[in-house]
Amino acid sequence: HQSAYESDNIKVLCRNPDDYVRETTRDIQRVPRNYDPTLHPFEVPREYTRALNATKLERVFAKPFVASLDGHRDGISCITKHAKSLSTVISGACDGEVKLWNLPRQECLRTVQAHEGFVRGICSRFCGTSFFTVGDDKTIKQWNLEAPGYGVREEPINTILGKAVFTGIDHHQRESTFVTCGQTVDIWDEQRSSPIRSFSWGVDSFSCVRYNPVETELLASCASDRSIVLYDTRESAPLRKVIMQLRSNTLCWNPMEAYYFTCANEDYNLYTYDIRHLDVPVTVHMDHVSAVLDVDYSPTGREFVSASFDKTIRIFPKDKGHSREVYHTKRMQHVICVRWSADNKYVLSGSDEMNIRLWKANASEKLGLLSTREKAAAHYNKKLIEKFQHHPQVRRIARHRHLPGDILKQKREQREMKEARRRREQNVRKHSKPGSVPLLTEKEKHVAAVVE
Amino acid sequence: FRKMEQEMLKCLFLGFGLQKIRYPCSKKDPFPGEAPIPHKQLQKFQRGEKYKVPAGARRRLKEAIISSEAMSELAQKQAARYDLLLPEDAGFLEGDEDEDTNTISQDDIADAVDITSGSKYFNLHLSQFGPYRLDYGRTGRHLLVGGKKGHVACIDWQSKDLMCEMNVMETVNDVKWLHTEAMFAVAQKRWLYIYDSKGLELHCVKKFNDVLRMQFLPYHFLLATASATGFLQYLDVSVGKEIAAVCTKMGRLDVMSQNPHNAVIHLGHPNGTVSLWSPNQKEPLVKMLCHRGAVRSLTVDKTGTYMVTSGLDRKLKVYDIRAFKPLHSCFLPAGASCLSLSQGGLLSAATGDIVQVYQNVLGSSPVSKPYMAHRLRGQIWGLAYCPFEDVLGIGHGEGFTSMIVPGAGEPNFDALDTNPFRSSKQRQEWEVKALLEKVQPELIGLDPGQLSKVDQASFEQRHKEQVEALGFDPLAKDKFKPKTKKKGRSSAGAIEKRKRKVAHEDQRDEIRQTVQERTERDKEQKEKSNEKKKLGNKSTLDRFRK
Repeated sequence: HQSAYESDNIKVLCRNPDDYVRETTRDIQRVPRNYDPTLHPFEVPREYTRALNATKLERVFAKPFVASLDGHRDGISCITKHAKSLSTVISGACDGEVKLWNLPRQECLRTVQAHEGFVRGICSRFCGTSFFTVGDDKTIKQWNLEAPGYGVREEPINTILGKAVFTGIDHHQRESTFVTCGQTVDIWDEQRSSPIRSFSWGVDSFSCVRYNPVETELLASCASDRSIVLYDTRESAPLRKVIMQLRSNTLCWNPMEAYYFTCANEDYNLYTYDIRHLDVPVTVHMDHVSAVLDVDYSPTGREFVSASFDKTIRIFPKDKGHSREVYHTKRMQHVICVRWSADNKYVLSGSDEMNIRLWKANASEKLGLLSTREKAAAHYNKKLIEKFQHHPQVRRIARHRHLPGDILKQKREQREMKEARRRREQNVRKHSKPGSVPLLTEKEKHVAAVVE
Repeated sequence: FRKMEQEMLKCLFLGFGLQKIRYPCSKKDPFPGEAPIPHKQLQKFQRGEKYKVPAGARRRLKEAIISSEAMSELAQKQAARYDLLLPEDAGFLEGDEDEDTNTISQDDIADAVDITSGSKYFNLHLSQFGPYRLDYGRTGRHLLVGGKKGHVACIDWQSKDLMCEMNVMETVNDVKWLHTEAMFAVAQKRWLYIYDSKGLELHCVKKFNDVLRMQFLPYHFLLATASATGFLQYLDVSVGKEIAAVCTKMGRLDVMSQNPHNAVIHLGHPNGTVSLWSPNQKEPLVKMLCHRGAVRSLTVDKTGTYMVTSGLDRKLKVYDIRAFKPLHSCFLPAGASCLSLSQGGLLSAATGDIVQVYQNVLGSSPVSKPYMAHRLRGQIWGLAYCPFEDVLGIGHGEGFTSMIVPGAGEPNFDALDTNPFRSSKQRQEWEVKALLEKVQPELIGLDPGQLSKVDQASFEQRHKEQVEALGFDPLAKDKFKPKTKKKGRSSAGAIEKRKRKVAHEDQRDEIRQTVQERTERDKEQKEKSNEKKKLGNKSTLDRFRK
């Protein structure tokens, strides 16, 4: 039997509970960590299960509809955001009424009978004190954003009479000039009652005009000869135009990338163009089943929302060909105009049945103040879904969106038609001399010509 | 000379565009840049190899791969740096120069260490109810002992707090904790019983009969049982359903172990083979011939790389389970009836009433002498290491003994995985999270990370395999069956007419395909004959032609 053994050569694992248990109930719990991979087996299957759960929960919590702003007495033709405030929105209806809304309280602040006939366009001034409207009665009116005092009649600050109907208006980012389109594209100074410059290119009429938010001297407009015309206010003539197969209804510039704009076309697609290379669109966005009426970019410049005649609004990533989200309701009829709020959280849609609807841009996002843990969990779930997005089960759940019956049927029909056309083209190419039928990519098919 | 060096460094730094760090007292940082991380530590956190950018990759793919590789590297470095902050160190036992550590007795060790550690060596004298099998809970706090003659008790072994004690009045073959200390399973003479930690019988699962051995797969919430009739059954304890019942057709299954890395069950057989099972297949994944006699016991290490087996041929063998190759073997005077591998890599082998602990078994060279040894009163029936402690629990004919083995346990636990000091609130939160990320049994296979790999098999190959497996082609169109109509339109002649209308459609695709193949073949033949003609024009007798 050995004599007492020396304690220098021996150590037994012994933990002091004081180091591992919290001192008082008011403290948080102690959580010692060890990131050794052998203590955490099955990393991939567990992460996969978490990703599957995250996808399912995202679908469970996808409730994008926030509120409906009721009050207009005719279909809504245009919406514009306040330049400085997130809670104000101005909308114009087809009976000439213009309403100012307070979004947090979802109520109408003020109603102005602006025009006789349609309100064709509204834009707010960059300083946030006034807004402009154009209507079917060939006038441009500038209104004050503050309500007039008690008993005072609502009067525009300024009225300009034009020769023909104006169909759209947009204001410069920094200077006091605005541009209207109708039969010609006119640039106006706020102090003058006649345009300082007029652009025309042998086109009947223009439907939409937009200032570039980054390169503030550039303009683009959609013309009725199926073209999009680019202008520079410093030049005397338009720059160039790109002619497509069908007419574009509206266009929107990317607020982050000065050279990209997206136009909403009648052939159910949206096209993103680079102004430096107008011969081929950068991306063709296909998902709508009827004419696309309006498009607006998110302030991050990464996504845009489109409104279509097929009673849905879709959110597209800027570089993908298909939408990531579709919003529809039984009560929402043809959506005429759509805007993305300046805080990147909400989308406003104005439709034919006299309602403006407020939707969440991320359908499963939790609104309001989130604690740091909630934010961390939301980020983790988002990253998990992104990591496993290609796995068939995860993709099946993440892609799943309910569509109204007619839209589903129309989609199937259009897919079959497209397949038939493609097969026909293939057969023609197979049975003709090699090289006589050129192979056009999808992007190249839609541009007819670029004219300088 | 030193000035030159400094000038060179300055040039280098400025050349790379790095900002010069200015110190107010114009002293240079003696250790510029990031602190170095030892390579071994970095390797510990390496998962898989670096992904090489393929040659003809497009710009977006390249950027995506580069950015994801940078993220992985950052994560690896941060995890490796965190190792410095781990609070505890592993235990050790070093002998003097001429002393063998295996001659040091447990009493000496208990006297030499502090009083808390010393109290970890204790005996429970339970000689009435037969040899004992034991199981420690995942956190290492709770101990479950089951005697062959029916005595079942669960205690918190550190505070010697008795949670429950009962006699089930039947033979007890095996006992196992389920996912928490709230429930445990007892394999009794006929059926499987599940009890609460207070001793209340919760379930009597009659489907699981004659169970000899059990293993709990913690991340899948599966209780795998091996029965005397040769069935391997899996019970999902979160939903209470039998997931799979595999008829192994290999006789009585009384040697069982699990691979903690991939949840595969290892069974040892009387003909010397070890078979590996997953609930998804009716056949074993792998069958290995390990011993020349029966396999007495086997165990797998926590990384899933090594398997240690002992057989009736008195050999102790170590295999590399990833490559299925034997590494080394050593001779024991008697075959070890129980084997257990600790978290720290120590192997304990029980033969008769002696337990021997070996160090560095999983290394490259075979071991000659044991690290520690202990003799007990009764025949050893069960052996298990306590998870985060330097303690080996031994169940034998005279009761239970807890033995101190320095260096056995993992010193630093991860509180988010298993926390021995968790409160009841923490346990509840952990249980919910664990249930949410419960892995489905379909994912059990030899490679647990298979989901992260890209499946390269092409569609045609998969389709071929499917056709072979099913015996028919699921994608083939069904033959046209005309609808039976009323009012006499369904007579034989009318049906034949309708069939004839559609008949050519079935043939159209085939005809198209055959025509295409034929035209291609004709083209090839034409080209060949053209070539031949060209070649055939030149013959050696051409020069004699006029």
